[in-house]
Amino acid sequence: MLELKNIKKQFGGRTILDNFNMQVPDDQITAIVGPSGAGKTTLLRCISGLEKTNSGSFILDGKTFDPANNRDNDNVIGVVFQDFQLFPNLTVLDNITLAPQLVLKQSKTEAEKRAQELIDQLNLTGKESLYPYQLSGGQKQRVAIVRALAMNPKILCYDEPTSALDPDLRQTVENIILGLKKDNMTQIVVTHDMQFAENIADQIVRVEPIKA
Amino acid sequence: MHYVSEILPSLLSGAWMTIKIFFWTLIASIPLGILASLGLTSRIAPLRWILKFYVWLMRGTPLLLQLIFVFYGLPIIGVIFQRYDAALFAFILNYTAYFAEIFRGGFQAIDQGQYESARVLRLTRGQTLRKIVIPQVIKIVVPSIGNETINLIKDSSLVYVIGLGDLLRAGNVATARDVTLLPLVLVGVIYLLMTAVATFVLRKVEQHYRAWR
Repeated sequence: MLELKNIKKQFGGRTILDNFNMQVPDDQITAIVGPSGAGKTTLLRCISGLEKTNSGSFILDGKTFDPANNRDNDNVIGVVFQDFQLFPNLTVLDNITLAPQLVLKQSKTEAEKRAQELIDQLNLTGKESLYPYQLSGGQKQRVAIVRALAMNPKILCYDEPTSALDPDLRQTVENIILGLKKDNMTQIVVTHDMQFAENIADQIVRVEPIKA
Repeated sequence: MHYVSEILPSLLSGAWMTIKIFFWTLIASIPLGILASLGLTSRIAPLRWILKFYVWLMRGTPLLLQLIFVFYGLPIIGVIFQRYDAALFAFILNYTAYFAEIFRGGFQAIDQGQYESARVLRLTRGQTLRKIVIPQVIKIVVPSIGNETINLIKDSSLVYVIGLGDLLRAGNVATARDVTLLPLVLVGVIYLLMTAVATFVLRKVEQHYRAWR
């Protein structure tokens, strides 16, 4: 379980998060909702270590850890960005296997074997040698999910997973997230889409804007 | 025809000098330009200022003047170069500045999200640059680098000012001696051939990077 205690985050003089607490139970889906500008994405960026918090602590399975300075640790948190941020110069397969090879020191064969399992699981079979520009939005998102999963994260985070997609793909995303839940993946989903949050989440956390 | 075969050896030896200057300048200034562009976008302010000043100086004065300064000026403060080394030194300094600006533009065109995406995958900064950022930057800058490359072939003719025998100088000598423009026509043809080769190679490089967008 991941626990956030008294998290405080300021940008310039503006306080985005103040004394923020939440718990992310294992194997469940936690949705973070709230109006735009409330700090949902900032919260996710703090959890994934892209932003340093001003104060507060992160506790993972009883141990404190600093997501912003977690290079030597295991690959605790995976992120699927709103705009996916696939690497345009690499094929689908290379996008997925790059980090496992460079960071987890897997052999090419090993990394490709694991990638292939995930590719098949997320219905991307046959797309391995394509470049990101040749994929649809939904396919790009699935590649981004596979790329994150290939690093064996304890928690997988999504930033607005429905916003860059056609409305009719919402159902597909729901199915993917619920499917990964069955495989006991702990997931955090930031969304402004309340309906979507209610459909998938075991727990909904609201982030409210702080009045200055 | 007989005359052509008579002057061709001296023209070709001049062309060889042109090619040497072209080749070594390119080999040195592209990597140096990448390094300098990283410095230009660095968070360390004094480093940025120094490099900005350097770029301003190199782009703000004629290359011809820089050649003269390196060869005739630096000995005053005790730095003495051979003609050929002086030429290379001045060309590398000058072209590194241009390449640095081109690469700076390339680096700034890369979405910040690419760095973040690499970071959450726990790639190191070096790995991120090598595997993800630099390939994308190269794709962006190839056309501009190509322009400078073609310019470099022709700019190399400026070395006459410090007495180096390049292609243009060889043509000039023959023209003055034999009172005919033919050597200079040949010089033009040889330059065209060299730029044609460079254009062809650049097109191949662009095609290579066209596999992805």
